This record gives sequence, C-alpha cells and structure tokens, in this order.
Amino acid sequence: MRKAVILVAFLFVGAFLLLSATSMRPFGEPTRADMDDYFIVNTQTEVAANNAVTAVVFDYRGFDTLGEATVLFAAVVGVLALFRKLREDET
Amino acid sequence: MNSGMSIIVRTITRLVYGLALVFGFYVIMHGHLTPGGGFQGGAVVASAFALLLVAFGAAGVKGKLNAHLLQTLEEIGALAFLALGFVGIGTAFFYNLLANSGSLFGGPVVPLGPNPGVFSAGGMLPLMNWAVGLKVMTGIAAVVIVMLVGARKEETE
Repeated sequence: MRKAVILVAFLFVGAFLLLSATSMRPFGEPTRADMDDYFIVNTQTEVAANNAVTAVVFDYRGFDTLGEATVLFAAVVGVLALFRKLREDET
Repeated sequence: MNSGMSIIVRTITRLVYGLALVFGFYVIMHGHLTPGGGFQGGAVVASAFALLLVAFGAAGVKGKLNAHLLQTLEEIGALAFLALGFVGIGTAFFYNLLANSGSLFGGPVVPLGPNPGVFSAGGMLPLMNWAVGLKVMTGIAAVVIVMLVGARKEETE
C-alpha cells in the first residue's frame, strides 16, 4: 500500500516535470533581461571590478549581504551559547 | 583516549593544510577580480581549520586555536562590514564611495570587456571582501572547534 502511494506520487511528479520541461523557454532567452543587461554593461565602468557577481553582492545589493552576514552571526552565537556549558568544564 | 586519526591522514593534512590556507586567502583577496569572494574564501580557510581539527583531534590543537579569540575576531569582522556600509551614508547605505575616486582602491577606470583586471580598483569591494572573509573564516572555525570539543566530551561521559 505504502509503496503504491509512493509510486503514484513519483509518477505524478515525474510526468509534471516532463510536461513542464517541454514548454520551457529556450536557453538564454529570459522573459525580462533589463537588469542583467544593465549589470553586464555598467558594472566595469561604475564599480571598476571585473567580478560582476561580487559587484552585485557587495555594491548593488549590499543591504542583502548585511542580512546574510547577520544570519551567519546569529548561527555562530547560537552554537557558542548552546555549547557554553560544555566549554566551561573544559577550560 | 587517542583523539587524532592515523599517521597517513596526519601526513596528508600537513601537506594540504598550507595549500588550503593560501588558496582561501587568495580567493578572499582577489574577490573583486576572480570568481569567489569573502564568503567563499572564508569557507575554504575554515575548512582548512576543520581538516586540522579532524586529523589531530581537539587535544592536538588545544592552545593553538582559541574559540574566544576567534569569536572576538568574528565580531570585529561583522562590525567592520557594517562600518564600511555606513561610509557612503551621505548618498545611500552601502554606496560605493571609493570607486573611480582616484584614491586608494579607487584605481584607474577599468575598460569594458575582457581585461586582466586592476587589483587596486573596485572601491569598497576589496575592503568589504576582507571584512566578510575574516568574519566567515573565524565564525565557522569557532563553530567547528566548539562543536568538536562538545562532541568529544559527550563521548567520554
């Protein structure tokens, strides 16, 4: 019974993926490419960096990177607080 | 309890450890020119620390890697990144004040298209990469050290 349910779900999802794959847009032709073209044309002259990804991450979308850094900071602080009891005996 | 691994793993670790450190620092320093950046390079350096910890055990590196010091460095990196974001607050938050300014890291204007790249360019990008790299490498290393020491203590109890 359980295997039949898993098989039906697998076939359903697989058929859905195949159907959607046939109606995908051709590679390299997104619906809207305005932002991509702007970054490709202007990154080297505006930010003077060859790595456009770093320019986007640290300059155009710097506020988002601040959020990512905050997530990492919260994870580190959480782990250190969780293991504090064990570390006290160690030192 | 013998906390390290076999002599084969330790020898390979001694060989690979320095190369991993150099590659990680290269990825951080050239983040504005080549693929990678502060996050990726910091993860590479932290993986070198993790390799050292796994090969030699928590007792082998005790006194060499201090979790308190690493946590302090991580907070310094986070505050440096935030301060660099506030540098261009006169125009906008995270405004790139130094790019094409002619001063340090203001470098010559980079031509459009493929070029070998200018190291002293990119404005705030190299400084931000170094701050984030310091933060990520010390943060992940502190997490790995504390978790390994904690797991070892759980085993012995």
